Amino acid sequence: MAKPILYSFSHSSCTWRVRLALNYKDIAYETRVVNLSRGETRDPEFLKVNPAGHIPALVVNGKVLAQSMAILEYIEEAYPEKPLLPKDLIQRAKVREICELIVSGIQPLQHRQVAGKYSDDKQKQLEWQDFYIHRGLTALERILTDCSGKYAVGDDFTLADCCLIPQVFNAEHRFKMDMSGFPRINEINKNLSELPAFKTAHPDAQID
Amino acid sequence: MSRPILYAFHVSSCSWRVRIALAHKKIEHDIRVVNIVNRESRSPEYMSKVNPAGQIPALEVNGNVIAESLAILEYLEEVYPQKPLLPKEAIERAKVREICELIATGIQPLQNPKVAARHSTETEKRLEWTEYYINRGFIALEKILNTTSANGKYCYGDSLTTADCVLVPQVFNAIARFKLDMTPYPKIMSIYNSLMKLEEVKLGHPDNKLS
Repeated sequence: MAKPILYSFSHSSCTWRVRLALNYKDIAYETRVVNLSRGETRDPEFLKVNPAGHIPALVVNGKVLAQSMAILEYIEEAYPEKPLLPKDLIQRAKVREICELIVSGIQPLQHRQVAGKYSDDKQKQLEWQDFYIHRGLTALERILTDCSGKYAVGDDFTLADCCLIPQVFNAEHRFKMDMSGFPRINEINKNLSELPAFKTAHPDAQID
Repeated sequence: MSRPILYAFHVSSCSWRVRIALAHKKIEHDIRVVNIVNRESRSPEYMSKVNPAGQIPALEVNGNVIAESLAILEYLEEVYPQKPLLPKEAIERAKVREICELIATGIQPLQNPKVAARHSTETEKRLEWTEYYINRGFIALEKILNTTSANGKYCYGDSLTTADCVLVPQVFNAIARFKLDMTPYPKIMSIYNSLMKLEEVKLGHPDNKLS
């Protein structure tokens, strides 16, 4: 099987999730940079790859996969070593619940494009983004009380952590939110930061 | 194993997704009505006993609660493999999930009336917001479905999948609630019209109040 190709932008949260999974499982892949901030997702060349114009896109033997959760589940199924989902069915559901809480309940709403459609005023945009991140992290903190251990679900690295890391980074570093109300999230993120995949998948470690 | 309990409400799109899957797989279950219009999902009782995120649907299974409709759909697929809602092959499964996620992350959260209300107090501006996000999503969806739907009856191939469970409520909302012009989306409409004839889809229709 030829190496998968990941169409990626260093600071795209959705792509970062996929990099975490690929790097954790030691899967070799080729990166092709699609610079979101320069609008390269609208380039005709990229639209030939993914007509929906989204990143991440993962090309596997000529087949293009899009949407980070769909890609993460594919990676888990195609590369079962170093699993990112627990065996227990309820625990697996908890992992997916946390993923979806972030990927549908927080990230789309704090997206720059959405905040920009809300208002041209930078301060108002920030208030919008803060509101949705705060609301989502509050719910996440409550859910993590019961299911978390060293990481989001128990003591093993899972897809939930792949989704959590980029969102927490955004909250802390992009939006400079006060994270003092989220002790569990903070501790989990600290534990995660010790993993090699955390470092190698980080935006600062990417070729762009 | 005792019967699962689904916490749901008849107008909730996300609940309808799960109800289609439960009906398709003929899974016996109980329903607890959670009136989201009256903010019952945000009550201290619901949030402490059922779902701390204060949302529906939630599925209670032997004392464990699973929330988030796509997580519930994946759980049902794993626990009740009869009448599968995902293909067998990994790339095909990824395509079905891609369609689900395009709707569940790219359209539904943004066209949510509460989000539109946060955008503006003016009805017309809210509608413009909603239409913008639904149209943006449907343009992408129409392109994908043209490559994945075998005969315009289902989203993927020629049988019901989780993608259909997620598509139906979103298209219903677009047409019935927001009166969106669906002329640019013939493939979406073909699939939607076909799915709306299915018993498992009709069961969860918002006009059927839950008891």
